[in-house]
Formats: sequence, C-alpha cells, structure tokens
Amino acid sequence: MPNMSLKKNPMPAQEPDVRNKNFYEVTFGYTAETAIDEAKRCLNCKNKPCMGGCPVRIHIPEFIQKVAEGEFEEAYHIIQQTSSLPAVCGRVCPQETQCEQKCVRGIKGEPVAIGRLERFVADWHNANSCDLPVKAEPNGHKAAVIGSGPAGLTCAGDLAKRGYDVTVFEALHLAGGVLVYGIPEFRLPKAIVQKEIDNLKALGVKIETNMVIGRVLSIDELMDEYGFETVFIGSGAGLPRFMNIPGENLKSVYSANEFLTRVNLMKAYKEDSRTPVLHAKKVCVVGGGNVAMDAARSAKRLGAEEVTIVYRRSRAELPARAEEVEHAEEEGIVFKFLTNPTAIVEGENGMVAGMTCVEMELGEPDASGRRRPVVKEGSEFNIECDAVIMALGTSPNPLIKNTTKGLETQKWGGIIADEHGQTSREGVFAGGDAVTGAATVILAMGAGKAAAEAMDEYVKNKAAR
Amino acid sequence: MYKIVKKRELNPTVTLMEVDAPFVARKAEPGQFIILRVDEEGERIPLTVADFDRKKGTVTIIFQIVGGTTERLNHLNEGDFIQDFVGPLGEPSHTEGLKKVAVVGGGVGCAIAYPVAKKLHEQGAQVHSVVGFRNKDLVILEEEFSAVSDVFKMMTDDGSYGEKGLVTDALKALIEAGNEYDEVIAIGPVVMMKFVSLLTKQYGIKTVVSMNPIMIDGTGMCGCCRLTVAGKTRFACVDGPDFDGHEVDYDEILKRASTYKEFEAKEREKACNLFKKEVR
Repeated sequence: MPNMSLKKNPMPAQEPDVRNKNFYEVTFGYTAETAIDEAKRCLNCKNKPCMGGCPVRIHIPEFIQKVAEGEFEEAYHIIQQTSSLPAVCGRVCPQETQCEQKCVRGIKGEPVAIGRLERFVADWHNANSCDLPVKAEPNGHKAAVIGSGPAGLTCAGDLAKRGYDVTVFEALHLAGGVLVYGIPEFRLPKAIVQKEIDNLKALGVKIETNMVIGRVLSIDELMDEYGFETVFIGSGAGLPRFMNIPGENLKSVYSANEFLTRVNLMKAYKEDSRTPVLHAKKVCVVGGGNVAMDAARSAKRLGAEEVTIVYRRSRAELPARAEEVEHAEEEGIVFKFLTNPTAIVEGENGMVAGMTCVEMELGEPDASGRRRPVVKEGSEFNIECDAVIMALGTSPNPLIKNTTKGLETQKWGGIIADEHGQTSREGVFAGGDAVTGAATVILAMGAGKAAAEAMDEYVKNKAAR
Repeated sequence: MYKIVKKRELNPTVTLMEVDAPFVARKAEPGQFIILRVDEEGERIPLTVADFDRKKGTVTIIFQIVGGTTERLNHLNEGDFIQDFVGPLGEPSHTEGLKKVAVVGGGVGCAIAYPVAKKLHEQGAQVHSVVGFRNKDLVILEEEFSAVSDVFKMMTDDGSYGEKGLVTDALKALIEAGNEYDEVIAIGPVVMMKFVSLLTKQYGIKTVVSMNPIMIDGTGMCGCCRLTVAGKTRFACVDGPDFDGHEVDYDEILKRASTYKEFEAKEREKACNLFKKEVR
C-alpha cells in the first residue's frame, strides 16, 4: 500500500539554538523505519519524471522501491551505477529545483524526499557494508583528472568503472575540493567525504595531492611525457572576487574562501587548531549565495553575537538554497536586503570598525533577467561590525589557461567546452565550475559524468584508428 | 611525505634543510616558493626556495624560528619526513636582460636573495651585493653570497661584523660612487624593503621587492596574501611574490602581517613547552 501522506517525513535536526554553537551536522538523517515509510510515498511512475531532473540520472524509483522493501544494500548498488558520491549529493543537492521538482507527488502536497532517501541509503551502506566495490577489468588506457572536487571525482569514478588507469591531481593536501574546504562540517561532515573518496580509491583511482597542475606539471607534459591519453580539467572556480571598495584590505576582512578554508580545511574552529582564525563579535557577510550562508553560519558558531548578511537585491533574488536560508534564519542570522557596501571603516590597529552602506531599490531587469539594483540617493548609513566576509562569487583560476597551449577560454576565464566536455584541445575535456563559473555540486558531477563518457569514446575511437 | 636529506644550523635561529621533492626540484626557479605542512595537524606556511638540485631531486629551504610551526619544523632531523611540501609556487624572479644589478638582502631574506644573485651571476650580469644583519651571530650565507658577487658589502646594525650601519647606507654609497644599476632587488624585512625603495626612488632606479604576506593555499584561491600595488589589489602568491618596490603599499602590509600576532605568540609557547617536556 502506498503511503498517501501529503507531507514528507520530517528530518530530525539539532535545535537551532544548540546547533548554532557547534560544528556537528545539523540534521540527523532518517532511521530505517522513517526511510521505509517515506519510500512508500513513491508511486513508481512509469515515465519517471524525477530522473529527468537529476543531472546524473539516478534510477530513482528503482532504488526507492528497494528502500521500501528494506533492501538497503541493493538500493545502494542501484544508486552507485550512476552516482559516485551519493552521501554527498543527498546532503547538498538543491533537490527542490532538480529531482524533487519533477516528482508527481509534488503536484498535490510535498514531493517524495528523494534526497533524504539517497542520503539514508548511502549512510546505511557506509555504516553497515564491508563490501569493497568490484574493480573493473583494466582496459590498458591511462586518464588524468585535474582537480579532486565533485566534477573530477565523478569523472575519475566513472572512468575507473570503465577500466581506466586513473590518476587525480589535487593542488591542496586533501582531496575533495569545495567539499572539504568550502562546505562546512555542519552541512557535510568531512568523514563522509573521506569515506566517499576511499570508495573511489577502492575502485582503483589514484589521488596525488600537492600537485598544482600549471606549476608542477603542465597538461602537455602529462600527455606527452607521462602517457595520459586523455585529460579532464575539473579545477573549479576558486578565484575570489572583491568589491574594490576602500578598506577592503583591512585586517579583519576575509574572502569567504579564505574564511571557510581556515575553518573547514584547516579546522580552525577547533580549540587546539594550529591555523588561526579571528573570532569576531559582530560580523557582516556580503553576498546572498550558499557560500554567504555557510560563512555566516560558521561565524556564528565561532561565537559571534551578531551576524548580518548584506545583500544588494531582495529576498526573492537570493541565490542560496531555500533550506539554507531558513536554517540560517533559525540560527539567528540577520538579513539586510537591498543594501550595498560602499566602504569599510578602519578602527584601531588596522581592524574593521564598521561598514558604510547604501540602500538600493530594484530597477529594470538586467542581462540575467534579474532586476538591477540601483542606489537610493542620500541613503548612506553605517553598520557597526568588527569583521567583514566577502562572499561575492568566484571565477576560474587562470593558471591552467595560462600554461596550456591552444586551450580556448571565455573572456571571464571559463574554459570553452561543449556539452560533452570537449575543449579546443584534442583529448582534453573539462567540466564543472572551470567551465560554467561557480555553480552547484551536482551540475559539476553531471559534467564529470558526461565527460567520462566522451573521454571513453575518444580513447576507443583513437585506438580503433 | 617528503624526506629531509640534510639539516644545517646557519645561526642560532636560522636553519637550512634540503628536502627530497623531485617534482618541485624539476621546475623551481629563483623567486618561487613552496608551502609546507609539518605534520597532520599542521598549518600551511610559505617558504622561499633557497636552492634546488634538479639531478638529486632536492629543494633547499632556509627558515628562521619565529613561531610554533617553524619551532616544530626545526625539531625534525635528517631522515625525518615533512607531511606536505607543495610547489614551486609564484612567479619566478625576472632576471633576463639585466647587466648590472644591486642585490640587497636583510637577515633571513638573504636566503631568498642568494639564489637570485646566483642566477644573475650565472647569466653573466655584474652583481653588487649588500647584505645586512643585526649582529655578527646572525650572519648567514656569507661565503655563498660573496662567491657570486662582484662587489660584496656586509653590514651589521651594531658594527660587530663588516661595516656598521644599514643596508641603505651601503647602497647609497655605491650609487653615489657612480654605479649605474639596471635594477635593485631588495629582499628582507618589510621595513627594510620600504626604505630601500624610498632611497632608489630618489635616484629613479627600478626596484623589485619580494613580498612575504600571510598565506594559506598559495595557489590564488583565498586572497589572504593580497596587497595593494599601484592602487590595485594583487595576490602575492600568484601575481608575485616580486613586485615593483616603488608601487607597493608597505604600511598596509605591515598591518596585515600582525593579524594573528597574539595567536602566534601562544602557538610558539605551546610548541616550546612541548619540546621541553620531551627533553625531560
């Protein structure tokens, strides 16, 4: 009997006023009982519209049926056929605009909680199964992947499943890209990321850390000297933007990337961390994306009494996930909409004393279709704060572009690639934020997946010639 | 993991280490740097490449013990391993086409200035070196430096070795004596680089300085190392570390460098206590 409840089973979570003081995961996940119960809400539609909303096309109704039957390990194997990082995606995907948006149950009532079920299955597998993934039969071909973020890891996993000898080159000392340095522990525990990476290693994927491609080795060297027949560039968009306003280089002004890297990758939130981070009392975060939410919520957890998100458009235009905005509000983050900083005020000893802002109003739509914010005359005011975090977005790092002959890029630095990831260089593919500019984890994974398929085809065609 | 193949104390607070890092050694050029993490819990710190041996696959670093991490690093010995060692990072120093250069090194900055002087010497440029230390006990790399210099001036603040005075005194004397330099390259404490730049500006001599702001990743993803050059924000880890000395905002750099002073003092104490216990 299907469960005809109009609502999703709720997700148990830490109380807002408790969780805003620790870095433990906010939500606890479903139990076996609530997962089975939720799975029974799925109608197992014939045309499976949910799958069309998933960038890696997980066989959603199939795995959910297995959950309903209590066959969790089988459910995992179904997900694993198409997704390499289910424990991550179940947590950080914006399901409301992807799989769940297409769910038939969502027409009247709430859609099936596909993301929560995916997360449950992956966590169950990681906690209960000792099965090592079966390594594919080697096909004798070598592939290199640059960057170990979601795009690179997915591409590497898919290539390994096809029998490739895959090496991932990572610039930092830990693999995971934005999953380890960007998304905080309280949204995505690092032990879970590590477990997913271990699963990939068990598939035969080699990961070389401390390798900055473009400095240590070039793409040409990888192909000509080291015998990699095809290369995937998944180096992301890690270059932070600043506003170029006065006072931006004061001591307690951070880019969100710096702040989050200190807190997440270097674990500066821990008492005994050897990497320092300033514990400010009144923090302003400039921007409205997920990164701004992560930075604000992290600052609060480091002990800030007041954290304000300053955004130049209105609530309706916030690019962050609805759930993250709600979580932030519950945790006491203050939002100041239609507000734009014009200067950061210097206090004692080179620290921040406040931020000068102007009020905005929404004018005509701009090229992106969003109404352009314009300054209200004479609306200048000051917000008192002792630290500012700039979360204005990022663009691709120019290092690979500058060191790879014949690799065409957009004016803003994004690598030009078709929908299969093919770049202007033969055998070189690219995907994720390196191509699109800052986007989502799952889009990067979809791009990694598409590229793996195209790379496989390329290598096979070349071998056949 | 990266093996320490040689360790030598250059003076009581400055240590040289030769580290097995073949990928770094293959590409490293003077002016570039590496980022290391001593162990699993370690922070990432930048250190300049002081020398490299492409055949042996080793890279030499020279560091001054100033805080918790350098204290811990100094506690490692030959045969021990450094957890992470990544590079070469940053842009190499531009030495092409220079015929006559004054290289000015201050304190442990001489470790960074030396490979640049060496490369210039190998290219056949005339190298005039001015090195400065607080006192005789702190002198490093004297032999190495003088071997690649056509003129070599040793200065100490207290006159306990070489001439008494600052590097700017010696540089001024050389300029006044009629030496015409294509470029002055100054590497040392920020205050020293600031005053060298102020001096050379008077004579209109192009001056390059090497910046050493706080860094985390060293690959351009965080902007922690940003500084203002000619009114524009630049990232020292990817745009530098070398910049036009006449365009750099030194006062801003000095302020930013002090951001974690209190934390650093505590870290150093923690590291010292740790090793005291081990000795007992």
